[in-house]
Amino acid sequence: MTATETSPAGASAGAFGQRLLRKEDARLLTGEGRFVDDLQIPGALWMAMVRSPFAHARIRSIDTGAAAAMPGVRAVLTGADLAGAWAAPMPCAWPVTDDMKAPDHFPVAQGKACYVGDIVAVVVAESRYQAADAVDAVVVDYDPLDPVVDLEDAAGDRVVIHDGLGTNRSYTWTLSPDPEAVDRAFADATHTVSERYVQQRLIPVAMEPRGVVAIPAPHGGELTVYSATQIPHILKVMIAATCAVPEHKVRVIAPAVGGGFGSKLDVYAEELIAVAVARRLGVPTRWTEGRSENAVATIQGRGQIQHMELAADAEGKVTAVRANLTADMGAYLQLATPGIPLLGAFLYHGVYDVPAYHFECTGVFTNLTPTDAYRGAGRPEATYALERAMDALARAVGVDGAEIRRRNYIAPDKFPYESIAGLTYDSGNYEPTLDRALELVGYDDLRAEQRRRREAGETRHLGIGLATYVEMCGLAPSRVLASLNYGAGGWEAATVRVLPTGTVQVVSGTSPHGQGHETTWAQIVADRLGIDPDAIEVLHSDTAISPIGLDTYGSRSLPVGGVAVAMATDEVIAKARTIAAHQLECAEDDLELVDGELRVRGTPAKAMTLQAVAMEAFTAHNLPDGVDPNLTAQVTYDPPNFVFPFGTHVAVVEVDEDTGRVELLDYAAVDDCGPQVNPMIVEGQLHGGIVQGAAQALWEEAVYDDDGNLRNPSLIDYCVPSAAEVPNIKLDHTVTPSPTNALGVKGIGEAGTIGSAPTVINAIVDALSPLGITDIAMPATPERVWAAIRDARSTQSGTGEGAS
Amino acid sequence: MIPAPFDYQRASSVDEAVGLLAEHGDEAKLLAGGHSLLPLMKLRLAQPAVLVDIGGIGDLSFVSDGPDGTVRIGALTRHHDLAGSDLLRDQVPLLAEVAGQIGDPQVRHRGTIGGSIAHGDPASDLPAALLALRATLVVRGPGGEREIAADDFFTGFLETALAPDEVLTEVRVPAVPGAGWAFEKFNRRAQDWAIVGVAAVLTDGATGPGVGLVNMGSLPLRAAGVEEALRSGAAVADAAARADEGTEPPNDLNASPEYRRHLARVLVRRALEAAGG
Repeated sequence: MTATETSPAGASAGAFGQRLLRKEDARLLTGEGRFVDDLQIPGALWMAMVRSPFAHARIRSIDTGAAAAMPGVRAVLTGADLAGAWAAPMPCAWPVTDDMKAPDHFPVAQGKACYVGDIVAVVVAESRYQAADAVDAVVVDYDPLDPVVDLEDAAGDRVVIHDGLGTNRSYTWTLSPDPEAVDRAFADATHTVSERYVQQRLIPVAMEPRGVVAIPAPHGGELTVYSATQIPHILKVMIAATCAVPEHKVRVIAPAVGGGFGSKLDVYAEELIAVAVARRLGVPTRWTEGRSENAVATIQGRGQIQHMELAADAEGKVTAVRANLTADMGAYLQLATPGIPLLGAFLYHGVYDVPAYHFECTGVFTNLTPTDAYRGAGRPEATYALERAMDALARAVGVDGAEIRRRNYIAPDKFPYESIAGLTYDSGNYEPTLDRALELVGYDDLRAEQRRRREAGETRHLGIGLATYVEMCGLAPSRVLASLNYGAGGWEAATVRVLPTGTVQVVSGTSPHGQGHETTWAQIVADRLGIDPDAIEVLHSDTAISPIGLDTYGSRSLPVGGVAVAMATDEVIAKARTIAAHQLECAEDDLELVDGELRVRGTPAKAMTLQAVAMEAFTAHNLPDGVDPNLTAQVTYDPPNFVFPFGTHVAVVEVDEDTGRVELLDYAAVDDCGPQVNPMIVEGQLHGGIVQGAAQALWEEAVYDDDGNLRNPSLIDYCVPSAAEVPNIKLDHTVTPSPTNALGVKGIGEAGTIGSAPTVINAIVDALSPLGITDIAMPATPERVWAAIRDARSTQSGTGEGAS
Repeated sequence: MIPAPFDYQRASSVDEAVGLLAEHGDEAKLLAGGHSLLPLMKLRLAQPAVLVDIGGIGDLSFVSDGPDGTVRIGALTRHHDLAGSDLLRDQVPLLAEVAGQIGDPQVRHRGTIGGSIAHGDPASDLPAALLALRATLVVRGPGGEREIAADDFFTGFLETALAPDEVLTEVRVPAVPGAGWAFEKFNRRAQDWAIVGVAAVLTDGATGPGVGLVNMGSLPLRAAGVEEALRSGAAVADAAARADEGTEPPNDLNASPEYRRHLARVLVRRALEAAGG
């Protein structure tokens, strides 16, 4: 099945499914794309932030005098100075429980700093350099307090961070449809697995750090904000709500944006401070984040301790899942902080048909940078815990990892599948992705080679790891969001306009920052209209041009925004039929749309091009009664369900016992996101996503000392991998369309990341399992692996056991 | 990532650079490729009042045959040019290999051998290679030119025998065509500094085998115990077991001292085996 077969328009297929080069790339690769920092804003003042060097400290006093006297400095503002600028604290849009505890969070700290990087004052100067120089001259008298860095320590309330809350525990959220059934399943189980996993904190490292410019019109009251954000529409609402600017006066533009991975799905202090300062001083005000500043001032991802338990019968059929999480909120709740772990809450049984389920998560404050959405947001954590535990179960049962999965997959005839966690999986067929992934790496040969090496006693250990994932994405049905207490809907808007000269404008409410919507949306429209994608321009990311939208995150753009584009295109086609039938004096049903032309069936000479119809609509000289004079349609689409992409990944690693080094020898991924609009872009998303998840497994961690200082705030020490560290990734796919949307599509932006971290760690554990090693903490650094092997060897020699 | 204010002076000759250093004393730093100094300045860990840019001095970029069985390398020769030098590949292949593994292509196209050596970073690869090769460094100051053996050049953490008013102008490396050699660099990512590195060259000459260690102490080191064992005819494995003798490896996010000592022994063994020892 392909999407064009589902197309009610019945246009000649063409652009959908093509590996079209991206329309965006010529300008981005030649430097024509303009990012926030590239914008020339005459007269703009530069801000630099004075940030707390203490993770937890009272602010006794701030002396701004010396800084204010420095060259070019126009203002130095403290939390007290700006207190009157805020109509409300910074927003947390996701109060996950009715009794969730949330501290007031103001853009500039008032009285207390709660993490290293918390803003305590703002320097405003004529140049970026002058502002940076004056930061050092601001004298802050701190009273350092005991910092709370360790998550379990924080949960114990030894030190309470936010005085008014009385505890560091923000909330406990439970999903437990039948607790007794879970207890029974564990009591009756032949095999049980009980594992503890740590999801280390990760720094998202978008290639472009954040930046903002706020441009006031002091006499008209308008405010234009340029921000390196994923969410111009949401930001507009939040600026109105927090800075008391009338919303109709606010315009937010996300120009070229260099990646986000969720880190730009937020409303940040610096954005609101720029607005407040610009309005106070009456001049444009800007700020560009430094790379090391980004490491502490932009949200971080993950940060969980997971207790994962499985109950299973004698054959290894899972009978219950019990997952208990402690999740690190950081110092404050940002836009979606408390809800991030809960995006995984429903997926701790994943692709497996499990009859009993318990999930519980407690969100806890620490004196660290706030956490929030990072590629996958809750779902990588869920998949990691489950897929690691499935391998542990396979070892307990004594079967191969592939076999334990086959015994537990939800059968293909069970879709749509009502899950124990309360979801309806739209479509799925998991085992073919496993079969194909094993085939791509040559699984049986690898197992034979592994046996050979083990028998020969070689010290370069071969490991094969696999994971099958399903995720819920395409955020989201608004009514489901309501049931989760989320503070907004999940619909998306699109407008399609056929212009009088025949070219087409598409206006989307999504806000791409690397995803290539300008290309794929054009392909969707071109395919339905039967015209050239180059005749289509996609407009987005400016609330004056695209006033309605909910932006880009959660693998939502295609299954929500792209579907809205398809639906708007179909409405345009319907309207064109009405006009053309009137002009050609035929019935609408007699018309077929072929190659951009509406033709009377059987009389192809009798036809009108879309351009001609658009011109008729424009001149309005001869339109049917009641037809508006345009060839435009706007659709707002609220999806009836999430979409559920899935796949199986296999990693092959070699572990050098002498050094602990893990080399990724091979990687195969077979993913299913339904029909692919542009397979090249899908592959790009998978390549990047897989490496980002592998990076959690092997390279990346935000490392803090006991005082709450980030020890690796630069890319020298924070190990984002490069192309040199990863093998060529073998990709293939199956196509299982979603029955819930007109294109059959599912999101693919996060899938790679969701699948890869457990795949890689499972491979390492597989390599070392003959030594009795069952866990390696992430990231599996050479020293960690070396130490684990050394300890295992000394245990073995101590007990006199052999190597296998 | 905004450096503190500084003055900038451009020198068009070594003598002019020496004069500017004499004028500004400790306040001044030489700028060559900038790939060690500028990051430190952007982090405000270094705040020189004056930068003396020697990058435009044209006659300090060369690789040539010396009259005395050495290969002579101008201090401003970039790593990329070292890696691609046919003369070096032929006469001192270890050095070409080491240069080709520094950082990433951008770094190799900007960074210079003189800058790397004068910075004296124990985590850099070139100092260890020059120790193994028993290179000589030529420096010029107000009193003229002098030569310093590589063994005497590195004096402490980021400290060298260069006086504040001296400029490193040339590196002289004994040609060792046909000698066994190897470079073992252990890191987590290709572009990173070595967690531990080993540069080894097995010569039959009077000086005997040379083994330099990267990142095993506060300054670039020679693995003296290994060299001594090799000179006395020890087997590779026995020699390699002495790799960490006399070292004080650092403790950082990538490795504990204990792990570094272990790595040094493993990497020296591998290097010696690869070099044909």
